[in-house]
Amino acid sequence: MRIVSNLRLAFILAFLTVAAMAQSGGELRFCIHAEPKTFNPLLVGDDPSETVRYLTGGVLLRINRVTQQIEPELAKSWKVSPDGRKITFKLRTGIYFSDGTPFSAADVAYTMQQLMDPNLHSPTGDQFRSDAGKVETTVLAPDRVAIMFPAPVAGLDRLFDQVAIMSATSQKKELAVLGPFYMADYKPGVYVLLKRNPNYWRHDAFGKQLPYLDAVRLYIQQNRDLEVMRFVRGEVDLINTLDAEYFEKLASQSAAAHDAGVGFDTEQIWFNQVPSAPLPAYKKAWFTSTNFRRAISQAINREDLARVVFRGHAHPAVGAISPANAFWFNSKLKVQPYDPDGALHALAQDGFRLDNGVLRDKAGNKVEFSVITNSGNKYRQLMATMMQQDLAKIGVRLNVVTLDFPSLIERISHSFNYESCLLGLVNDDLDPNAQMNVWLSSASDHQWNPEQKTPATAWEAELDNLMRAQASTTNPKKRKQYMDRVQEIVFEQNPFIYLVNKDGLSAISPSVQNASASVLRPQTYWNIDELWLQQAQVAKGRE
Amino acid sequence: MKTARSISIALLVVVCAASLLANVFAPASYSAQFRDVPDSPPSKTHWLGTDALGRDRFSRVLYGTRVSLLLAPAAALISTLLAVVIGGVAGFLGGPWERIALWTTDMFLSLPWIFLLIAVRAVLPLNVSPEISIIITFSLLGILGWAPCARVLCTSSRELRDSDFVLQARASGLKTTRVLAMHIVPNLAPILLAQFWISIPVFILAEANLGVLGLGVAEPLPSWGSLLRELQGYGTFVDQPCQLAALVLLVIVVTCFQMVLPSKEFAS
Repeated sequence: MRIVSNLRLAFILAFLTVAAMAQSGGELRFCIHAEPKTFNPLLVGDDPSETVRYLTGGVLLRINRVTQQIEPELAKSWKVSPDGRKITFKLRTGIYFSDGTPFSAADVAYTMQQLMDPNLHSPTGDQFRSDAGKVETTVLAPDRVAIMFPAPVAGLDRLFDQVAIMSATSQKKELAVLGPFYMADYKPGVYVLLKRNPNYWRHDAFGKQLPYLDAVRLYIQQNRDLEVMRFVRGEVDLINTLDAEYFEKLASQSAAAHDAGVGFDTEQIWFNQVPSAPLPAYKKAWFTSTNFRRAISQAINREDLARVVFRGHAHPAVGAISPANAFWFNSKLKVQPYDPDGALHALAQDGFRLDNGVLRDKAGNKVEFSVITNSGNKYRQLMATMMQQDLAKIGVRLNVVTLDFPSLIERISHSFNYESCLLGLVNDDLDPNAQMNVWLSSASDHQWNPEQKTPATAWEAELDNLMRAQASTTNPKKRKQYMDRVQEIVFEQNPFIYLVNKDGLSAISPSVQNASASVLRPQTYWNIDELWLQQAQVAKGRE
Repeated sequence: MKTARSISIALLVVVCAASLLANVFAPASYSAQFRDVPDSPPSKTHWLGTDALGRDRFSRVLYGTRVSLLLAPAAALISTLLAVVIGGVAGFLGGPWERIALWTTDMFLSLPWIFLLIAVRAVLPLNVSPEISIIITFSLLGILGWAPCARVLCTSSRELRDSDFVLQARASGLKTTRVLAMHIVPNLAPILLAQFWISIPVFILAEANLGVLGLGVAEPLPSWGSLLRELQGYGTFVDQPCQLAALVLLVIVVTCFQMVLPSKEFAS
């Protein structure tokens, strides 16, 4: 019996060894859409650089892109003080940077000191700046470090997802990394080659050191059409974001296309409510009327927008926070139903009347306005054209104008010479603090009426108070209450008329194993250290 | 060659007639959205299928052809007239007038016209109907497209100015305006006609370029440019070959325009 049992054990061990061997090696390839502007992880502000940082940087804590929960990485455990000003980390030991220098609490202190250096102007560091004053980092032991902020920082622990720890002692500076890969080669305009970090600290369940992949090659490819063609040819293995049309095309050819469900990005229109805008007074009166904005919102068929324009790969939007944001979304709010009769009723309260199929205001002015959007974005142009037909049903004439992007920005940010605008918002931060620059009436991205000295309306004043309150408290329940109210106000007042939330669409080659698409960036390679390539499939794809 | 010319004229007549009678032939309005059948293949109801918003493609091609075919000649007329005024007159007057005209023409020729059009389009009023937007687009094309024609006319009118019969007319005491009316313009007519015909396909293509950039005719009015926008993207027409209808028509019409021009007018 013992011999049989030993044989069985040997067989299992041999199988696991073969399985582990099969998971080794290979070069994963995908495209980034511009040159990385920096390889310094503290200065990252653009998508390509963020990709390199994600693949090379070792962080203390990581947000799991599927569960949206924080998981320990270089830190074994952490604790945020009740007042939200201090965070203490207990670090893993026996970890080395890619160049062999050891990792300790001194490196965390060095990174924080660099990050908060005002002369560096780090976009990542800016998120930690809650108030004037110095950030103090104290090394309590080689494996313990405490960071003290001058004022409470809301969602403090989540911010460490973007802080790649740098070595205090390495000669290689930022090129010495703790992440799964290190930068091996960079050919401007062609590719960035990342190779496996031999000192990476993570191991799989069988004790095998991660990552499984030998290398990741990032092709610099601006053209999305070419990216899809290269994917179809098997030259690249992943596409992080796909539009609905390409998704349908890939889905019809193979199982490579993945719809991860409702995503974070929104598409919305807003009316120009800037008092100094060069618009007729009667139009300003329409645009500042809550009833008018609500009526327009009711008259838009969001279901059709999602089904026709995005081919079913979008969901009618509720408001400022997407249902994909599990914690912060206010689930009491429901999608504004398509209701042209309700819209006419709301308009009648403001004295609008339908006259031979043409809507007129109290003074008899025909209701006609233009919506501007950026040229080259097929989906926005289609949405605007559908809204044109929807609004015609309540007697409103909508003129669709496409402008090149610089002209559009000039109009919405400087001259304010526009009536309404259709644009999208890319949202890749779960914490609502990232939306401060949108909701504060003094903010520059408060698009319908930016940079107000004092809030123009009572509800904007309430928004200001709520946003400041949620930013200054560390109690998640309290913050959630404040944010729920923010969402309610936005839903009632419609400063932005939210149209759809696009689905997270991506493509993953069948040769990539262990991959699961998420709606949070990076959608396809968020668990890069666990991905591996099935060599037979790779050979087939690249033949 | 004569047969080819006759076929071209016949094709142009058919295309023009069909587009002018779009109201009769089109099975639906160009703006009607049949939202239950977006991107549908050809059927009895929709002969060329539907576009991304479920609009009948055949109707849109008919109306789009009308828009492009009516307004491209109008833009060609504007540009030819401007070329006569700037190039023809300057060439006849000579001296500093000719130098100024040639300098202006060179400047216009060296401008990246597509960026110029984008810039001019961006400062125009926003709240205009699609019909006005298309008139603005083609007027812009006409106003900005006179330079190549003006250069040709300037040279030709200079040659005419120095010709024996014009010298004789002047020596006989004819006034400048009369020389222009009686001798210069009639002799420039074949060149003007050729330039006019050449400009039409150029403006059709220019509008198509603007349309592809999303800066041409405003929705929901179709034009060949906006119809060609459907072809943007990787392999879109493979599944829907009917998307090529506007492109095929554009190629046929532009080719026909070239065939219609008698070779002697080019030679002149």
